[in-house]
Amino acid sequence: MSPTITAPNQPIPEVSRRTFLASLAASTLVIAAGTNGNRALAWAMQDADDNLPFEPNLFIAIDTAGAVTILAHRSEMGTGIKTSLPMVVADELGADWDRVTIKQAIGDARLGSQNTDGSRSIRRFYEPMRIAGATARTMLERAAAQRWNVSPDECKGRDHQVVHEPTNRTINFGDLVADAKSLETPSENDLKFKPKSEHRYIGRDIPIADLDDIVKGSATFGLDLKREGMLYAVIARSPVLGGQPIKVEVREARQTPGVVDIITLPDFTAPHAFQPLGGVAVIATSTWAAIQGREALKIEWSKSDHDTLNSKEHEATLATSARTPGRVVRKSGDAPATIANAQTANIHEADYYVPMLSHAPMEPPCAVAEVTKNAAGEPISCEAWAPTQNPQAAQSQVAQSLGIQPERVTVNVTLLGGGFGRKSKPDYVAEAALLSSELDKPVQVTWTREDDIQHDYYHTNAAMHMQAVVKDDGLPTAWLQRSAFPSIMSTFNPAADEGSGFELALGFTDIPYDVPNLQVENGKAEAHVRIGWLRSVAHIYHAFAVCSFPDELARRANRDPYEYLMDLMGEPRNLDLTGVEYPNHGEPLSRYPFEVGRLRHVTQRAAKLANWPRKLPKGRGLGIASHRSFLSYCATVVEVDISESGSLSIPNVWTVIDAGLVVNPDRVHAQLEGAAVFGASLTMHGEITATNGAIDQSNFHDYRVARMNDAPKRIHTEIIESDALPAGVGEVGVPPFAPALCNAIADATGLRIRRLPLSKHDLSWNG
Amino acid sequence: MITISVNNKKHQLNDDVDPETPLLWVLRDTLGMTGTKFGCGMGQCGSCTVHYNGEATKSCQLQVGSVGDAEITTIEGLEGNGDHPLQQAWKEHNVPQCGYCQSGQIMAAAAMLADNPKPTDDDIDLKMSGNLCRCGTYQRIRAAIHIASASKEASS
Ligand code: FES
Ligand code: FES
Repeated sequence: MSPTITAPNQPIPEVSRRTFLASLAASTLVIAAGTNGNRALAWAMQDADDNLPFEPNLFIAIDTAGAVTILAHRSEMGTGIKTSLPMVVADELGADWDRVTIKQAIGDARLGSQNTDGSRSIRRFYEPMRIAGATARTMLERAAAQRWNVSPDECKGRDHQVVHEPTNRTINFGDLVADAKSLETPSENDLKFKPKSEHRYIGRDIPIADLDDIVKGSATFGLDLKREGMLYAVIARSPVLGGQPIKVEVREARQTPGVVDIITLPDFTAPHAFQPLGGVAVIATSTWAAIQGREALKIEWSKSDHDTLNSKEHEATLATSARTPGRVVRKSGDAPATIANAQTANIHEADYYVPMLSHAPMEPPCAVAEVTKNAAGEPISCEAWAPTQNPQAAQSQVAQSLGIQPERVTVNVTLLGGGFGRKSKPDYVAEAALLSSELDKPVQVTWTREDDIQHDYYHTNAAMHMQAVVKDDGLPTAWLQRSAFPSIMSTFNPAADEGSGFELALGFTDIPYDVPNLQVENGKAEAHVRIGWLRSVAHIYHAFAVCSFPDELARRANRDPYEYLMDLMGEPRNLDLTGVEYPNHGEPLSRYPFEVGRLRHVTQRAAKLANWPRKLPKGRGLGIASHRSFLSYCATVVEVDISESGSLSIPNVWTVIDAGLVVNPDRVHAQLEGAAVFGASLTMHGEITATNGAIDQSNFHDYRVARMNDAPKRIHTEIIESDALPAGVGEVGVPPFAPALCNAIADATGLRIRRLPLSKHDLSWNG
Repeated sequence: MITISVNNKKHQLNDDVDPETPLLWVLRDTLGMTGTKFGCGMGQCGSCTVHYNGEATKSCQLQVGSVGDAEITTIEGLEGNGDHPLQQAWKEHNVPQCGYCQSGQIMAAAAMLADNPKPTDDDIDLKMSGNLCRCGTYQRIRAAIHIASASKEASS
């Protein structure tokens, strides 16, 4: 009998009674695994009860028929993680992949972190998955050894059975479950991991679990979720952050066919964090009717302090801040004094700017919620279905919005039609819960594309000022860089008016160049929109400056930019970040040092693949950039072709990644291909602007993203073979793309782009 | 009362369905066929691509009242078991990342191949540029179309 994980429907009980565990047959062998601090552990559950010894990250269940079920606790948004982590379990277990079923977990704090961002799923959970798999296998091996009365050392779990190697006898996993269940959990020291040579899945290209459903159109994304009697809602939100509806004319909207109700949502109060934005909801019998009803609403919004935001002026303010001495966040030698004493002719400086960006996942934010009430009409529980990167945050935000305990909120995670960081913020899930509570019906909230583009948690705009004093060989004796950008922290603390240590550590405080006098600073900046994190976060604007400036210096000295970059990085070494606030993506530097040698290596490989240097006719050029992010090393070479009239195409991109050990190489290649397109979108087109606080763009016609005809034509990717600790993948390809492309433009025509996007520039040239 | 034919099946819509409703929302919300996706609602992204008498059409731009007796095909009806050469090629190339845009991509590609069984890269780029993929799977889409085109040729 297969374990069923589907929870019963009404009435909605507490989450704790609805877990994976509680639903399993008593005869099933269940292994839970987790991390306890930095240590991964696994143990067998004797009884499927809720008295867990500590927070597990995962469960594996093997039933007496041999069916293996693995709980995927991280969200699938296109990286393949729902497949890749179970691959690790299956490999260590010796399971046959065809007999493995993957189930998506609900949001549950006892599963450990489910916050699927920061390119950290493999890095954080590779070990626990292996330990879980090895624990289960060891128990099955021991059960077989008992049955045969032989030494467990002679028994090997593989191909879904245990083999007694000296005699070649075998017993299927399922037939061992009953015996294995009564055994003690082996201690971690007793576990023997499979050597790489015995891996059948890790390191192989395994298709994603939902591939078949996706190509048939039967996969369930958040927007596809239907509940009996469900109503459809869209919400009119203030065009300026913080505005509130002061006068709402609803007559016409109510007369719109299909409109059922119009509900004003609770006002929004700072800090916005993950709260819903408030506004006026139109509820109808179809999404279209709700959209039509909203069109017919007339709303007067209160004035908000954020209506001072005008992007042109804001850009100038940030640029000024970046040119003004600021808070020093890294210092060695004395860069300011070296610059002050240098001859003007030896000083090179540049100002860079990257505008605001919107995530624009193909599936906009959306959620379904179903609230249950008590006799007094108070909400007592809520079940939600959402494409969320962070089901636990959704759970707590829904609980907070409804005024109930988080244990009373069940968040089911659907497939995500893209996330890119937007779907880490569960404001939209709470909107659905609030409306369901008002209406006593299941409600789906849909963000139209306009809602998505105009009310995002934006990737912030940023200004960078760079200064260097150069010697005759072009190499710098002093380097000063300063950035200014509204901080993500402002979303949680409105008083935050400078970059946080964590943002600065994303590609700025850790510049890997070997310069005797080095200073990194940050300036003040106020936020007037919700600032969020978008695929690769502050690495985008930091890498744009940090990887463009060396190319400027190289060209100024008439040197080959690749050779120059290698010289600038200097000798292979671990970057000395003593005294620098450097969170290192949440990992100690002792485990994941910043290894300049690995950065050099990917740079060399990318140059090699691109056949660097090449003599190309005017209008064509190559640009290179390399950057460490999410503990991985990545280099990109971009080839551009620019016509005399200034139209640009990207015939080739070469990207090389060193992400340590890689689980599913095909998905890593896919992420790098996707990152090149994502990078091309933001470099060529990406710009969100505001006028008097309201966002100017609204849909894909004015917030353009790359299409097949302007995306890079051929993206060549290479993964460095490595057994180093696994590091990030999903975001790593993005940061080097913009500088590599702009460096290629400089190579092709001599034009230096210091402000994105390219669509704001005339790229034409004279032959 | 409006009657439309979707995947060779007639559907009588209730009177409360406004004839101006885009076909997209009738498919998704009224008929519960969610394989056709919403991405922009303004003809920009192609996630909602269906076939209208065999022609690739953005269903967010087509009012249900104007469908008439045209035959509508959605991803659910492209090929019985999801084994259209394109769907097979899509799997062979592991095209999807998040997968959200892929129904629309496959529908656009299927209409193109029906018209032009051996498209060049340029043909593909031209015809497929109405379909956005935010995950950036374009290169694999192009490759998969070539594979499907070759396999179609081999089998015909
Ligand atoms: S939803 Fe129809 S083109 Fe985007
Ligand atoms: S696969 Fe995600 S949008 Fe295309």
